[in-house]
Amino acid sequence: MTLQSNIIPVFVILPLSGAFLTSILGRKLRWIPDILGAVTTFLAFIFSLLAIRVVNISGTLIYSVGAWRPPVGIAMVMDGLTVFMLVTVNLVACAIAVYAINYMEKFTSKWKFYTLFLLVLAGMNGVVVTGDIFNLFVFLEIASVASYALVAFGTERHELEAAFKYAVMSTVGSLFVLLGIVLIYAYTSTLNMADIASVILAKGPKNIVSMISVLFIMGFGLKAALVPFHAWLPDAHPSAPAPISAMLSGVLIKSLGIYALCRIFYNVLGMTSSVSSLLMFMGALSMVVGVFLAIGQWDFKRLLAYHSISQIGYVVLGIGLGTPLGILGGLFHLFNHSIFKSLLFLNSGAVEYATGTRDLQRMGGLASRMPVTGTTSFFASMSIAGIPPFNGFWSKLIIILAAVQAGRLGYAFWAVLASLLTLASFMKVMKYAFLGTLKEQWNRIKEVPIFMKLSMSALAIVCLLGGALLLSGIKDSFLDKASDVLSEGTRYSALIAKGDIFEK
Amino acid sequence: MSREREQGMTVIVKTITRLTVGLILLYGIYILSHGHVSPGGGFAGGVIIALSFVHLMLAYGKEVALGKLPKAATFFFESMGALLFLGIALFGFTSGYFFLNFISKGEPFRLFSAGIIPLCNIAISLKVGAGLFAIFIALVLLRFESENKE
Repeated sequence: MTLQSNIIPVFVILPLSGAFLTSILGRKLRWIPDILGAVTTFLAFIFSLLAIRVVNISGTLIYSVGAWRPPVGIAMVMDGLTVFMLVTVNLVACAIAVYAINYMEKFTSKWKFYTLFLLVLAGMNGVVVTGDIFNLFVFLEIASVASYALVAFGTERHELEAAFKYAVMSTVGSLFVLLGIVLIYAYTSTLNMADIASVILAKGPKNIVSMISVLFIMGFGLKAALVPFHAWLPDAHPSAPAPISAMLSGVLIKSLGIYALCRIFYNVLGMTSSVSSLLMFMGALSMVVGVFLAIGQWDFKRLLAYHSISQIGYVVLGIGLGTPLGILGGLFHLFNHSIFKSLLFLNSGAVEYATGTRDLQRMGGLASRMPVTGTTSFFASMSIAGIPPFNGFWSKLIIILAAVQAGRLGYAFWAVLASLLTLASFMKVMKYAFLGTLKEQWNRIKEVPIFMKLSMSALAIVCLLGGALLLSGIKDSFLDKASDVLSEGTRYSALIAKGDIFEK
Repeated sequence: MSREREQGMTVIVKTITRLTVGLILLYGIYILSHGHVSPGGGFAGGVIIALSFVHLMLAYGKEVALGKLPKAATFFFESMGALLFLGIALFGFTSGYFFLNFISKGEPFRLFSAGIIPLCNIAISLKVGAGLFAIFIALVLLRFESENKE
């Protein structure tokens, strides 16, 4: 145990204490929730930036909770991938918390929103930092259960329906995960992820491992909304208030779905060629199906929700390729997608805040009345469509290059096609919502308040400069560290074991 | 119809409830305080404590039960339970670790033993008991509202 590793539990402690303090104090003092929400998420973001440096200096860190040594006790692990996810999650959460200060004014109980929001954040950070597979399930459920309530936050008829559908589907996913964990425990007699990896390596491949793989693909696939497990997402994500849609689409499906999927398949069970080709196939399928479903939508947020499915497909395709370049592209696209998709949802929230509608056909020319929203939304649209120099271009380029390099020309073709269709559908958004002539009825609308503008502009700047993460100095310490963890595969367990000996 | 329900059930049920409700509460506290030496613990104890209030509400109607444990107090206890648990975990940092059992463990199978575990049980029971009762209140209030609409 080194001094630096004390930073690891902070990511769970901060949002949890923020959540419950908000629920005690925020009921009476109306200014408390705003302050606590913004300050906790900002602190968590600062700590995650600090963690980049800490991991760069001292390598993989392990924290044994309650001084119980792994594999008996619960371990928290911080390596390159963890830090990468922490930065993504907390950056988006911080922007959303600031945005919600103004946006959530129209709802009566802001403290409930912030309590649930911080609980989701605690769950996501927990999933990312934990090194214990059952603990992962617990944090997964914390984040999921809080997000059911957030989807139903408006308590209108369709919101409750969407929340119920989401709750049922997502619980089924969690049960698959739980069953997988039960079988793993029966087979290996341990719950520590590094220990599981070494036991499976020693026992050799058995049929039970394939069974567990199938269960995890179904469970985490449901959480990540891969086609054919995507049915809940187009209902759940548009129904929630805009900051929550941004949270759900931006980071929740990634930290609960994609992160857990790749951590378990690469580092714990070990990647096999069949799992890899299955992931690539599902990725390509989500990519194409998602974009075809999206292009015909007229509801702004529903269109964005279908695009989430499509973009998640890119991430899974990249990670499923299994080559270092593919993994790098997949993870980079994960980061970029978090930024531009949350920005797009925040834009749709801003439009709804000003005009009260989500129907693209009723909008038009809004950019002249809402310059900040129009500009940031242009940035995000170009980013998601993969136009240089925005960040989405670079990550899509890497994924397509990696597919060509690995000899998967078919997948590369589908990736290009989906990108073109994405461009077409965001041309439609820009044309109908922001460009063109201003309709009579929107003559009086005003630009959104200051905090909403602030957070949208911050995310737009990250969209514009995101490509800079590929510059050699920054890439070495951030993206490469993350993709190395996955490329090393089951050597993960050896690293953790080494850390453990070092600790004594 | 709803007026009758508010006043509670028949005199037989009320009498039995009056005799048993204290015992149920005490049993909950017993389960909770012996959580570290026998089966049970914070969750089970908390559920039984919540059930004693639910019992009161079923027999006497919601005014009486909410008089004993108002809604605001329920919400306060719920958040307080979570914060206490987190606080106990944080106190572990005084000796260097999150969730460290920093109090002396004492002799096994005694009531005052096992360090922070009984304290954790108390925090959990606050959270679970108040949470369960709050869920029950929410369901009951929702039902009255839907009846009023009809």
